[in-house]
Amino acid sequence: MSSTYYTPSHEWIRLEGEIATVGITGHAAEELGELVFVEAKDEGTEVAQGDAAAVVESVKAASDIYAPVSGVLAGFNARLSDEPTLVGADPEGEGWIFKLRVTDSAQLEALLDADAYKASL
Amino acid sequence: MSDALLLTPLNALHLELGARMVPFAGYSMPLQYPAGLMAEHLHTRGKAGLFDVSHMGQLRVTPRTGTLEDAALALESLIPVDLAGLGANRQRYGFLTNEKGGIRDDLMVANMGDWLFVVVNASCKEADTALMQAALGDRIVIEPQADRALLALQGPEAVHVLADLCPQAEAMRFMDAIEADVDGVRCTVTRSGYTGEDGFEIGIPAEHAEQIARALLADERVLPIGLGARDSLRLEAGLCLYGNDLDETTTPVEAALTWAMQKSRREGGARAGGYPGAEIIMAQARDGVSRLRVGLAAEGRAPVRGGTELFADAEGTQKVGVVTSGAFGPSVSAPVAMGYVATGHSAIGTVLYGALRGKFVPVQVRALPFVPPGFKR
Repeated sequence: MSSTYYTPSHEWIRLEGEIATVGITGHAAEELGELVFVEAKDEGTEVAQGDAAAVVESVKAASDIYAPVSGVLAGFNARLSDEPTLVGADPEGEGWIFKLRVTDSAQLEALLDADAYKASL
Repeated sequence: MSDALLLTPLNALHLELGARMVPFAGYSMPLQYPAGLMAEHLHTRGKAGLFDVSHMGQLRVTPRTGTLEDAALALESLIPVDLAGLGANRQRYGFLTNEKGGIRDDLMVANMGDWLFVVVNASCKEADTALMQAALGDRIVIEPQADRALLALQGPEAVHVLADLCPQAEAMRFMDAIEADVDGVRCTVTRSGYTGEDGFEIGIPAEHAEQIARALLADERVLPIGLGARDSLRLEAGLCLYGNDLDETTTPVEAALTWAMQKSRREGGARAGGYPGAEIIMAQARDGVSRLRVGLAAEGRAPVRGGTELFADAEGTQKVGVVTSGAFGPSVSAPVAMGYVATGHSAIGTVLYGALRGKFVPVQVRALPFVPPGFKR
């Protein structure tokens, strides 16, 4: 059973083995409104915790999605290229954004759990 | 902002409708309603949208002499368009210029018979009023109508919706301006707007604004529309946003707004010049400019936003321009933008490269507007 962790900047991350899946929370998706474009950095790009790893664009504005922990980009949800609205429709499921090979899983422990994230909103 | 935000007369209605409110030009304004920006945009192009634009400045200008032409001529000393020749019940686009030929504000002027109705941008209204007062206070009386709301009803169904409350609306042409009863309340009604669609702007005594807004919203063809969709609608229509696409450093010629300066005000015209920066603007109209405002269409689906730098080459070595407004255009289902480009690179079809997150995205110079206008000429 894998746990999901949250960041104050509204990303979620779920670790399965060495690979984590990252997306944005339902709260963030609602705030952003319908998305028209989603793009992650190239696979293999090394990111430190807090670095911009992807970008989501609504009609009005672009928003960076930050790496919740340090790692190496290990894939992008290709369905979002044609169907960016999937993020809003199912933010913590089918609307995941990128995979991350986590280099320091200890960083996860300092993130928020679901209750703490909810309380922060 | 340290001061409390101002509220429009429709604030309670916005909250009731579930709007997400944001600060804009000192006002708390609806960014979007529950339908969302994309749906609001498409609904306006398909049926009709209602916008609260009460933050804008509505000025009533009257001549001290009693002769309206004197007020028009007075304003012509600040605005390089033909106002003395503007017929009764007609409206025209224009702008205030500065000594360098830059644009202080863009505005609409309507001849209401015995007064001029001037609509200016919210962020400029105090400065515009002060400027007119200082320069022309001995010739005209300027009354900011802070006690009036302004609603825009835009879209192909707008005329049918408004005609139910104001039968005279039906016979109006694009850029007509009248005073008429709307739902029994005396209003200013102009057949104009900021979306590229047919539509109207209705100036209403504040105490009746909610009554008229509710009457319009009661029509099932009408949805309330926020500032977000207003921006994407005007951008697809190729219309400038002051502060983004126009400012004190851009001249009307650079902004591709020469069309708005009628022959009578241009070199050789009956009332040529006589406004701030006239020498510079007339020289530019004669000799050309080094940069021009153009439409821009980015390849792919990623919008290029205001501030994106444009290059002549995909390596980003020769900078030739900058994007001033950019968004995703819901009606064209593609990114739309406008910006300023060096004249040598401004021909329609020219491919430039926008610096987007470390990459260079092809961006083609395109004719404006991106959508065909729906005006009733």
